[in-house]
Amino acid sequence: MGELIVNNKDIVVPGEELAQGLDYLPSFGTYREENFIISARLGMVNIDGRTIKITPLTGRYSPKRGDTIIAKVIDVTFSGWRLETNCAYAAMLSVKDATSDFIARGADLTKYFDIGDYLVAKITNVTSQKLIDLTMKGPGLRKLIGGRVIKVNTNKVPRIIGKQGSMISMIKDATNCKIIVGQNGLAWINGDPQNEFIAVSTIKKIEEESHISGLTERVKEYLQEQTKNMNIPKPTTHEEHDDYRGE
Amino acid sequence: MNYKRKDRNLDEIRPIEAKAGIIKNADGSAMFRIGKTVAYAAVYGPRDLYPKFLQDPLKGVLRCNYNMMPFSGSGERVRPGQSRRSREISMVTEKALLPVVDLNDFPNAVVDVFIELPQTDAGSRCAGICAASIALADAGLSMKGLVSAVSVGNLNGTLVVDLDKEEEDIEGEVADIPIAMVKRTGAITLMQMDGIVEKDQVMKLLEMIKDACGKIHDVQTKALKEKYKGSMDNGDEN
Repeated sequence: MGELIVNNKDIVVPGEELAQGLDYLPSFGTYREENFIISARLGMVNIDGRTIKITPLTGRYSPKRGDTIIAKVIDVTFSGWRLETNCAYAAMLSVKDATSDFIARGADLTKYFDIGDYLVAKITNVTSQKLIDLTMKGPGLRKLIGGRVIKVNTNKVPRIIGKQGSMISMIKDATNCKIIVGQNGLAWINGDPQNEFIAVSTIKKIEEESHISGLTERVKEYLQEQTKNMNIPKPTTHEEHDDYRGE
Repeated sequence: MNYKRKDRNLDEIRPIEAKAGIIKNADGSAMFRIGKTVAYAAVYGPRDLYPKFLQDPLKGVLRCNYNMMPFSGSGERVRPGQSRRSREISMVTEKALLPVVDLNDFPNAVVDVFIELPQTDAGSRCAGICAASIALADAGLSMKGLVSAVSVGNLNGTLVVDLDKEEEDIEGEVADIPIAMVKRTGAITLMQMDGIVEKDQVMKLLEMIKDACGKIHDVQTKALKEKYKGSMDNGDEN
């Protein structure tokens, strides 16, 4: 008979036994050995019915199809651009996927994106050898102008964005900054320098405390405290929605 | 023949301490201390691997670097940089960790492990492996389990666990055998030997090491869990 050895939401380390017997099924971050399901990662146990998976808490970004990421142009080639994605592999953006403009053969591609530019792009395909294809065709996919790019923990991105983008809108409203969080752990923040600073420190706070309950309340308080002495005009409209939530 | 220890039993390891996530810039890091030997490990990656001929299109590469700091030894200054000894230990560390780390998801990439020892009192490769194993888990890599390592030895007929420098330097028929082990399966991923030891003594030592590795494994596990203390409840916010 199957028997659980750990509880839901427990923190486990690689090699830890999670369940005994064949009643449970190993999913992401776990493996079966003989009669046991064993953790293969450091993370939080997630038991959903009969399946057991591990939600990782650390680790680098691993590219997935459909993710919206922030990437930096590192090379301009004959037929497109090579971009750095904050993971072990560079991504390719071909001219065809970059713009609907007509571009003559051999035209100067730096007119569109030059080396060092940051782009919001979507992953269309990842091969077994981890060749990543990107597209710029989609709502909100564009070149980023101004602002600053910071690194955040990829595994904390869902927390930074929050349920239905609640967390990120709270920061946006409080600081009046434009914020985009890429699934690959890069975040772009654009606004008044002082407000940018508050937005950055708030995101860092979320990263550090995301695993402790009552996060939303604490972030709210923190934002109120930080913006108390500042006169931030309330944004009149919400026409621009820059957040991309994953999952 | 009858060797006695002042402060601990013959099958007892020195006091150990471990901490995970101490180097903020690294993807994963750890400190491991056993007695007066201190090891720091930092893991970077998976990341791009160059020069290109080192890349493996089938799976990622694990690259370890063991380094004793110039002031770490008990006597003379350790010359900084690579030496015959440090290259060998880097290699055996790599081989000790490779069986548990799953790098199939990272073709053409590398995971770099840097092990630095600010203070040593024998057992440094074992301390390095223990620290590296915590750091790899902290870096979020897929692993079959944690590797725990400790040395055992024969001091003129007396079998001991976890030799310190003084014991290592005893005259006579002395053997020093560093062993790395995966606790759950009991698989041995490293075993080196130098000195003189009988076959049945080795068999006895292999029994003695299980308990010691278990203790180390518990400390390693605790260090990793400590980092995420207080995270029992939510997880449903996204």
